[in-house]
Amino acid sequence: MKTTECLIVGAGPAGMRAAKRLLDAGAEVTLIDRSDMLGGQLTKQTHMFFGSEKQHASKRGIDIMQLMIDDIVNHPKLTVIKNATVVAMYKDRVVGYVIGETYHRIQANAIVVAAGASEKAIPFENNDLPGVYAAGAVQTLMNVYGVKPGHKVLMVGSGNIGLIVTYQLLQAGVEVVKLIEAADSIGGYLVHASKIKRLGVDIETNMSVKRAIGKDEVEAAEIWRLDEAWQGIEGTEEIIECDVICMAVGLAPLTELLQQMGAKIMYVRELGGNVPVIDKDHRTSIERVYACGDMAGIEEASSAMMAGEIAGLSAAVDLGYHVENYEDDVARLRHELSNLRDGPHGEKIRLGLKKLGVLS
Amino acid sequence: MRIKNHPILGFKARKTITFTFDGKTYQGLEGDTIASALHAAGVRKLSESIHRKRPRGFYCAIGNCASCNMIVNGAPNVRTCITPLEEGMDVRMQDGKGRVE
Ligand SMILES: Cc1cc2nc3c(=O)[nH]c(=O)nc-3n(C[C@H](O)[C@H](O)[C@H](O)COP(=O)(O)OP(=O)(O)OC[C@H]3O[C@@H](n4cnc5c(N)ncnc54)[C@H](O)[C@@H]3O)c2cc1C
Ligand code: FES
Repeated sequence: MKTTECLIVGAGPAGMRAAKRLLDAGAEVTLIDRSDMLGGQLTKQTHMFFGSEKQHASKRGIDIMQLMIDDIVNHPKLTVIKNATVVAMYKDRVVGYVIGETYHRIQANAIVVAAGASEKAIPFENNDLPGVYAAGAVQTLMNVYGVKPGHKVLMVGSGNIGLIVTYQLLQAGVEVVKLIEAADSIGGYLVHASKIKRLGVDIETNMSVKRAIGKDEVEAAEIWRLDEAWQGIEGTEEIIECDVICMAVGLAPLTELLQQMGAKIMYVRELGGNVPVIDKDHRTSIERVYACGDMAGIEEASSAMMAGEIAGLSAAVDLGYHVENYEDDVARLRHELSNLRDGPHGEKIRLGLKKLGVLS
Repeated sequence: MRIKNHPILGFKARKTITFTFDGKTYQGLEGDTIASALHAAGVRKLSESIHRKRPRGFYCAIGNCASCNMIVNGAPNVRTCITPLEEGMDVRMQDGKGRVE
């Protein structure tokens, strides 16, 4: 069996920053990802980022990603394993992964888990038809592979992801027929919403999908108005001609691997669902196993980067490395994180972290 | 279905890759996954559900959900959304759970 000092599962912003900190401290690192590319969600973010200046806000996601890759990729103590899906994690820090049809195992002294999240779906008739796609999938198809998801899109969900992907669809020359939102107000930043409204996209609140229409794929959607209890109102149905129904209805942390390993898990609605119980240094309940980024609570790339750094620093210290300015660095990162989570948009995450016991 | 003009992304000219889907010849581009090449060629139905045989396409496109499983070069349950397309691949629609030979 292969061995490594520190294994990092997931090469998104959280995992890459954790790798950077561990490599700087002198540790030997193996970074594993199921994709062919490093960068996680950032591989498809063509827009200027919101978030913290220090974490490169106002640069494009794909450019931030390249900076992070350049920062680590040639390091002599880094091994990168791509196209490898982690499928098993055991308490003794043995990790099983699959490349093609071959199963491999690796034993690590410490593990940072930064596997990100999966996109949610909502129930409606025919929601399994080809053409009902998650927003991240639509984005991947366009921005990574250069393929249009369809010709006419109905967007469902007005959080930042729904708003941004709508804009990116328009940039790719795809028509967005309508954006609907079940709540009574727009969920994402109003600057993003105004931008797509100016481009002629109709945003309607208190609306949801009743059913998708089509035999082998989506040919139209039936939408309807919702009452205060989020129940559809008979008689308000409307048929929307479209070949894609794009679901931007939230993300859920990919906690299964840690669950399988026996780490303590807690359901925290504000963080997106089941999350690992962690302390403020990102240690899970299992010795020398750490969790950070979206899989420890849905947030954003800036916070994933900082959380990744904290997790990496904790792992380095626990592995016995002397980290120069450790205390100052961690204090600064925590301070920046709390600035980022300040204000009304951070309310949900603050509440979630309180429930988890990370914030007092 | 390929994006021709984009204000931010420049898609370079890429080599074509020839493969078959259910015996018919298709072409994708270097850098494609199996699913992106099929989608670009207008194929959205990738498989049928196990019990009710309902049509299935991809959903997440990043390897989370298994909605895009197909038979590739004889091996079932390949997540075609994260599997790079290769010259001469034999891609087939999967019916049921797939068998271990
Ligand atoms: C449309 C959209 C717009 C966004 N805009 C912004 C923005 O403007 N500003 C901002 O700050 N944030 C934004 N975000 C959020 C940001 O992209 C994410 O919060 C961030 O990428 C989370 O980082 P992460 O490292 O935790 O996870 P991810 O980036 O999701 O990376 C996780 C990695 O783990 C890998 N992985 C998962 N499971 C396994 C496994 N079993 N085996 C091997 N590898 C595995 C995945 O392949 C992936 O590479 C946006 C997100 C979306 C979808
Ligand atoms: S579409 Fe979800 S795994 Fe391929």
